[in-house]
Order: sequence, then structure tokens, then C-alpha cells
Amino acid sequence: MHELSLLEDVLSIIEDNADSQGYTSVKKVCLEIGALSCVEPEALRFAFDIVMKNSLADGATLDIVTMPGQAICQQCGREIEVFELHTPCPDCQSFSLDIQSGLEMRVRDLIVN
Amino acid sequence: MCTTCGCGSSETLNHQHASKVGAADKTDLRLVQLEKDVLGKNKRYATQNREYFQQHEIFALNIISSPGSGKTSLLTATIDALKDQVDINVIEGDQSSQLDADRIRSSGAKAIQINTGKGCHLDAHQVGHAVEDLNPADKGVLFIENVGNLVCPAPFDLGEAYKVVMLSVTEGEDKPLKYPDIFYAADLMIINKTDLLPYVDFNMEQCIAYAKQINPNLIIIKLSATKGDGLSAWAQWIMKQRVLNESKHKP
Repeated sequence: MHELSLLEDVLSIIEDNADSQGYTSVKKVCLEIGALSCVEPEALRFAFDIVMKNSLADGATLDIVTMPGQAICQQCGREIEVFELHTPCPDCQSFSLDIQSGLEMRVRDLIVN
Repeated sequence: MCTTCGCGSSETLNHQHASKVGAADKTDLRLVQLEKDVLGKNKRYATQNREYFQQHEIFALNIISSPGSGKTSLLTATIDALKDQVDINVIEGDQSSQLDADRIRSSGAKAIQINTGKGCHLDAHQVGHAVEDLNPADKGVLFIENVGNLVCPAPFDLGEAYKVVMLSVTEGEDKPLKYPDIFYAADLMIINKTDLLPYVDFNMEQCIAYAKQINPNLIIIKLSATKGDGLSAWAQWIMKQRVLNESKHKP
């Protein structure tokens, strides 16, 4: 379950920014997770409370925003929405897609005090 | 007024862009926008590793497969095939035990074992420390054998030149569709245990077609690590890419 180590990285980001952004307690964490990223949102939710325990985000809620998969077909040039990594272009059926977004995993923002 | 966050400051720089959440909020909650890549720290370590490998002309490959696909057997066979031509070092990732590093050492290469404990993949920070301890010779080949797992290692760049994904014919041809992330991330796919094809129900063409649906640029090598069939194609690929990789990074 790599979601556990990804959440440890989320916690480091929260801790690393605490001084510069002037917060001591985090109430809500908003993550942007690409629809094509290899992350299972339910696994993130499952592990979130455990990883945040005894940190400055102890008890914080987790908000996950799913970012849609967008690609450009390298054969016909059409911009398409992609739901899985093995989706063909609906026009020309090519699998040669240049994925523009949907693979990201970002800490978007926090609600803090 | 700052045009970025709407606060009262006259400067747009040199202050924190954190806005209050609701003017009437007495608990002083506020929003802090971060927009930080979750994998940012791993990527920084991976970049350091990659720079080290380039400086020392080390050709690093990250080998990923399910447990039991034959990663260690492939490496011992590869060491046998190439040890007279190039210096080979191995970083072995497993949750516990020294067994794989011992197997590699007995085949004549230098090896270091990383035990990840409960960790299900290697990360770039662990690999950086292993490289310090292993101190591989310049101009050599470094195999990083990831923890046996087709899911979790996918997003973690280790600083390698290429990711190599391996599956064996005993696993079923639909693995690429079931675990697409690693086939998308990989540069080369090895299909191992081809000597067992007469005994298993494995559709080679279908497996390759599935993998190419996810990653049309994937290079494919079929081999049997234990019997040696196809091993020369793999050995040649390593030696050729090693030279290309070196020349790519020469000033």
C-alpha cells in the first residue's frame, strides 16, 4: 500500500511549510489526485487518520479532488478525456495518446490556524 | 491592496498569500494554498541519484515485477553473461532477509540488500544511501531490483536510466490490463519463463497487445532466465543502451 508512504510525504509537506506559512494546526487537507494516477482514494482515506496522528494535522479532515485525465491523440490530434491508461482515441482508435493531465498527486491547500 | 490574495498589503511579494476563510470566522481559520507535488521530495532525491550516475557513467536499471517472476534469476543469469565485459553492481530490495543479495554475490557481482520492513517499494532516498554504501565502480551497470510488487513501485522514480517491468508466462496475459500503471511507466517489458509456454495457457500475442495498448512505445524481450533462451537479446540491449546513455550525457 504505497498510499501510506505518499501520505507520509503529504505530512512532510505540511510540516515543512508550517513555519513559513505561520500555522501550528491543520484542520483540513485538500489533495488533488489525478484520475490516471496510481493512487486509490479509498486507501488514502483509510490511512489518513493513522499517518496524521500525533502531528500538527492530528484530527484533520481529508478532501480529495479528482483531476480528470486529459490527453491528445498523437495520430489524429484530438483532445480527449481519458478514464483509464488503456483507453483508445474514440475517433481513430489509436492508443498513442500524449497524456496532458490526470497523473498528478498534489497537496492543493490546507485550512489551518 | 495585494491583487493575488486580496489582503491589505501594498506589496504583492514578501508576504504570505493566506486568506481568511470567511470574514466572520472567530476561530481564525484560514486557507493556505500550497500546490505541492506529493512526490516532490522523492523526485529531488531521484534527480540527485541520476546526476551521480551520469557523473560516474553508471547505467542504472530499475527492475520491477510481482514476487516470483524471476527477477533474481534474471540478474544472476545476466551477471554470468556480462561480468567479463562490464562491472555489475546490484541493489536488492526486499521487505526482509539477505537471501537475494547472497544469491547475487555468489554469482560474482557486488550487492547490497535494502530491507524495507513494512515498505512495499524502494524510494529514491533509500537508493541514494545504498549507492553510498555500495560504492559501485565507474562505467558499470547497476541493477536495482525493486521489492516484488507490480503496483507500489510504479510512481517512485529512483534515478534510473530505464524502468524494466517483468512478468512471467505463468502469471497470465492480462497482467498489463490489471496493473496498467507500471506498464505505462516502464520502458522495457521482459516476458520471462518462456520455456514453460508448452505447459501453461498463456497467449503471448494478446499479452503484448495489452501492454502496447497502455504503452505503445514499450520495448519487449521474451526470454527464459533459467534456460538462457532470449538472454542474449537482453544482454545486447543493456550494452547498447549503456553506450547510448553515456553519449547522451557527455557534454
